[in-house]
Amino acid sequence: MTTEPPPIAPGPAAERPGGARPILVALAGQPNVGKSTVFNLLTGLDQHVGNWPGKTVERKEGAFTFEGKTYRLVDLPGTYSLTASSPEEVIAREFIIRERPDVVVALVDAAILERSLYLVAELVSLPAPVVVGLNMMDVARQEGMEIEPDVLAAALGLEVVPMTASRHVGVQQLVEAIARAARGDPLPAPRRPEIRADHRQVLTQIEERIAGWVPQPYPQDWVALKLLEGDEQVTLLMKESLPAERWEAVHQILRHHEDALLAVTSGRYEWIGRMIRAAVTRPRSGPIGLTERIDHWATHPLWGLVILAGVLGLTFWLTYTVGTPLLNLLDVYGVQVLAELARAGLAPISPWLAGLVADGVIGGAGFILTFLPILVIFFAVMGVLEDVGYMARAAFVMDGFMHLMGLHGKSFLPLFLGFGCNVPAVLGTRVIESRRARLLTALLAPLVPCTARMTVVAFLAPAFFGRAATLVSWGTVLLSLAVLAASGALIGRALFRGERAAFIMELPLYHLPNPRTIGLLVWQRTTEFVRKAGTVILPVSVVIWALSVLPGGSVESSYLAAFGRWLEPLGRLMGLDWRLIVALVSSFVAKENAIATLGVVLGAGEGSSLAQTLASTYAPASALAFLVVQVLFIPCVATVAALRQEAGWRWMFFSLGFQLSVSLAVGAAVYWAARAVGL
Amino acid sequence: MNRRHRRERCSCALLACPDGSVPLSALQPGESAEVAQVLCGHGLMCRMTSLGFTPGAEVTVVQNYGYGPLIAQVRGARVALGRGEAGQLYVRRKAA
Repeated sequence: MTTEPPPIAPGPAAERPGGARPILVALAGQPNVGKSTVFNLLTGLDQHVGNWPGKTVERKEGAFTFEGKTYRLVDLPGTYSLTASSPEEVIAREFIIRERPDVVVALVDAAILERSLYLVAELVSLPAPVVVGLNMMDVARQEGMEIEPDVLAAALGLEVVPMTASRHVGVQQLVEAIARAARGDPLPAPRRPEIRADHRQVLTQIEERIAGWVPQPYPQDWVALKLLEGDEQVTLLMKESLPAERWEAVHQILRHHEDALLAVTSGRYEWIGRMIRAAVTRPRSGPIGLTERIDHWATHPLWGLVILAGVLGLTFWLTYTVGTPLLNLLDVYGVQVLAELARAGLAPISPWLAGLVADGVIGGAGFILTFLPILVIFFAVMGVLEDVGYMARAAFVMDGFMHLMGLHGKSFLPLFLGFGCNVPAVLGTRVIESRRARLLTALLAPLVPCTARMTVVAFLAPAFFGRAATLVSWGTVLLSLAVLAASGALIGRALFRGERAAFIMELPLYHLPNPRTIGLLVWQRTTEFVRKAGTVILPVSVVIWALSVLPGGSVESSYLAAFGRWLEPLGRLMGLDWRLIVALVSSFVAKENAIATLGVVLGAGEGSSLAQTLASTYAPASALAFLVVQVLFIPCVATVAALRQEAGWRWMFFSLGFQLSVSLAVGAAVYWAARAVGL
Repeated sequence: MNRRHRRERCSCALLACPDGSVPLSALQPGESAEVAQVLCGHGLMCRMTSLGFTPGAEVTVVQNYGYGPLIAQVRGARVALGRGEAGQLYVRRKAA
């Protein structure tokens, strides 16, 4: 674009009180267009992740400076359109209408230009200057497409910046375009899509009737269009704003044009069609090459599952072979050394304080620290799978299985994250659109055996069962997955009857992973875990420690032991004595506490190892029942906190009660079955 | 829900409408067709149309094993659809 150097004109930002306020830029785009890559390139680590007020939708904000000015960049949720059908879409459009960003960057995928321009068609109807980032130019070229950005810009009446964000191409130009738009440089007026010809008159009729009655800051023509689309939120807004007889008139018109949604969306695609015909000089030649070939296997009903099993197996293998030695190293040389140092240093002052710091504080914090290697590796592998585009295929092949639980494929990703840690699994349920499916997935996520639970199994199974340990470990995993499936079917049928979620999901083109995007994803998930876990695990760890030494100072005579003995009649149903019950209770802080607690209450370390003591103390039936109950028991406190945040108090308590009863029932069943076969 | 959620299923049910349209799930892999009607509730219709399934759009079925979800290509993108959802999308086969 050849424009003259612009006069220093006061941009919208300068009109705001204070003048020096940073320029507000919103980043919009459909899912899978490389939005997070662009966001990360622009802001680096200078970003803040939180939630949109009152919503469980992630809000990312960052800042960058250019030519001495500060730009505040807000990442809008990735959405295909701006209807009111999901909280993400409402957030995106409300932000643009209410916060009035100085510039809205609309990122589109050049390789799927037709579909990804749809969001632009919605954005140009809103009152904000739009700059189009035409991303994935390299992929489009590989697909044999030729696009002329200048012609597209002229046709759209918007500035268009060709980019390949994964290779950092075009980012500088995008920033310059943002700066120009923020300065209020005369942007060519955008051409707006029009409603399909057969509905133009109706639109005018509605506009006439609502004229003057639309509350600020909503644009009148936009409201008219959304009314015709049948938008629930805007319909409610106008019903409240219009006098009754006026609303009745509007309502009458709308009732006669219930099919208008199709006319509006068709109008947008007609508009897109004109842009495409102008700017795309050569359409995609032939079928999608690489993606087609990979998907031939990856989405096959049988081979797709085989590939998925392989991918999952490899993920676990990598996580545990690399992560477990690191975990042990950190535990032995980091946490234990630190705890002993603290104990030795503080014991002369006060044995109480020494215990509090060494067992309560360092013990709790140590859990977080030692699990980091495993979580980082797991998150990294997951990040690669997500970024490459494979997770959508995994969701696709798992759709049939998820249907058994009344869910669909999309719930698979958060559940899979649960194998690493249940906390991100519960938080990850946000990707699911329907509230029912989101809630059900969050309730099921804690039934996925996480790394911490598996660590307990991996330690105890060889101690109890020697050679049969691998078999027992796999058995526990399979059993807990079977319980998960059964619980899903049960809860889904009993509590959410009649509501069925629709499965419709884009399968993005495969592309090479971007290390920066994955790195930041791992960083965000890990820090989120540390923040969540840290704030709840520490206090609960201290409380459990206090219960285990009060009032006498030894575990045997503690409140915790008394509690365990009190529950022993119940425990006997599962073959558990008070010590195993106490171990279960302590696992509420952090799952692998069960091992440490058993070590304490069994008085291991004098002559014989914990493994030997365990094997000689408990019958195989009890041991098996303990492993099963442990894997299915109520989740750790960090997961419970995440559940409360995502689902609310009521469902959190439901989840606790449900898992408590299920774990005890299944444990009892396993115990008596094992007894019956003579174990 | 509100007045817009009225369903207008074809009375001729499963196989074909008088205008010759069939559910998307009836197409074989590789077959192309034009979207004729989107017969579902308002919420799902919003999602279908924003993903590109509007009357007149060309759809090509990429994968359809006769059970489970299927994959269709529409407006340059690949979209996975549950069988139930694909059954609410009526398309007109193109003359070969």
